[in-house]
Amino acid sequence: MATQVIPIGPYHPLQEEPEFFRLTIEGERVVAADLELGYNHRGIEKLSERKTFDQSTFVVERICGICSTSHPYAYTLAVEDIEGIQAPPRAQYIRTIIAEGERIHSHLLWLGLAGHFLGYNTVFMWGWKLREEILDVMEILSGNRNNYAMFKPGGVRRDIRPQDIPVVLTKIEGIVPTLQMLLDAVRDDPVIHARTAGVGMLSKAGALAWGALGPTARASGVRRDVRKDSPYGAYGDMEWDLIAAENGDVYDKLVIRLREMLESVKILRYCLKSLPDGPIDLNVKHIPPGEGIGHVEAPRGECFHYVRSDGTNLPVRHKVRAPTYMNLPTFQETVVGSMISDAAIILAAIDPCYCCTERMGVYDPGGKRRYTGAELVRLCQEKTERLRKG
Amino acid sequence: MNRESILNTLRARAGEDWVALEDKAPARAYAEIRAAALPRLARWLVSEAGARFNIASGVDGRDALEVLYHFTVEDIDLVLTLRVRVPKSDPVLPSLAEAMPAANWIEREISEMLGITFTGHPGMKRLLLPDDWPADSYPLRQDYAEWDAGAIRNRGV
Repeated sequence: MATQVIPIGPYHPLQEEPEFFRLTIEGERVVAADLELGYNHRGIEKLSERKTFDQSTFVVERICGICSTSHPYAYTLAVEDIEGIQAPPRAQYIRTIIAEGERIHSHLLWLGLAGHFLGYNTVFMWGWKLREEILDVMEILSGNRNNYAMFKPGGVRRDIRPQDIPVVLTKIEGIVPTLQMLLDAVRDDPVIHARTAGVGMLSKAGALAWGALGPTARASGVRRDVRKDSPYGAYGDMEWDLIAAENGDVYDKLVIRLREMLESVKILRYCLKSLPDGPIDLNVKHIPPGEGIGHVEAPRGECFHYVRSDGTNLPVRHKVRAPTYMNLPTFQETVVGSMISDAAIILAAIDPCYCCTERMGVYDPGGKRRYTGAELVRLCQEKTERLRKG
Repeated sequence: MNRESILNTLRARAGEDWVALEDKAPARAYAEIRAAALPRLARWLVSEAGARFNIASGVDGRDALEVLYHFTVEDIDLVLTLRVRVPKSDPVLPSLAEAMPAANWIEREISEMLGITFTGHPGMKRLLLPDDWPADSYPLRQDYAEWDAGAIRNRGV
């Protein structure tokens, strides 16, 4: 059978990470996948060499618009690791609160978009409506809906006011019934099952070989989470469960993210109720020469920073490794052999950048355009519609 | 395997290629080795010591280029870094990508950003830099000179 090449990407105004996917299809089945990135390389590592240690915190906060806190968190831990210092307990708790609030809003954003691709716009509406509650919480705590600017080497920049804690607790308890309802809906719905179960399987061996991280790896039975394996912040102080599954398909990744939000609520509840008193900052004045590593569990997986100092106020080298860097190559394994109508949701399941799919276009070997990106999303949604009608 | 036995076995397996160990903190250790031992030590760490290849950081040091291979041993909460120095006059390292797909992208990145050649890489091509980037211009080198100063500014942004 003749093969066709489908280019996806690289640019779209909605994409936070421009990437280019080249899918080769035979009929409706994907037989090969290749990907290219770097279309909007911002040179953050080079830029960081010209910024002071304090300024770099703000630069790395702008690496990701969704999980904006995970990079400054890993970076401040790396800077603190140079000297071997630890932020005061109150700062550790505030950091944990910000990081977990962010995990909930990031997972809800993903859930909404995954629902949209499957043609479940109700899931999209519910997910994003619920996300507003969390963004309100973040605004109460930090003054910002995103890019919270809470972190600095040695502590946090802002304290949490005592009068805000009951308000935040009420709001967080308020999302639990809806989260539970969404989880039950996903578990009971036969059409969501049909569209996601057994789709885009990533084997445990594949996850280990590619070094996959976060929910992508945990769905394949790799029980790894930096919060458990190398507890930082307040994560070692309370009871919460590591959520993992075995099949590695889209369904498992969906359920893992939903259940992780309920664990995040547990962590937030504990941190807000047992926030220790004391200073929030060590007032670090000077970073000594040396090197440090910081890693945290971002919503998408482990975020890793390496910082080297030569004793001046600028880092000599600052290496950033975002989780998608390790998760994206697994797409090559998961999409091969699947139907083209599933490609959008398989790509979305890694949580890299769903907006890429809106840039899909199908070309025949002669270069004549056949489908647009919107039509491929429509294909994905129509398949759900067919299944729903039976 | 506990922390001590991993570090001791690593040292024994490195043999003459061992340079130094910097035991920085309970959860951090940096072992400097010679490049020849890199593939066998990396393979041993991943297949037998329960480590996961995390990432590699390339650094342009004062006298030589440095590549730090970060491995995470989650069971014992340790980030173990293998440090390899390569001379700037002949920057060549053996590739780990064939045995460890996780190292594939980062070797491509280090090769274009710092100009280190990885021998035996299964698909060496540029990862992040555009195709029209000059072949001998490496952005993460300390002596990097902006070759196209007008590239962004002249677009009126």
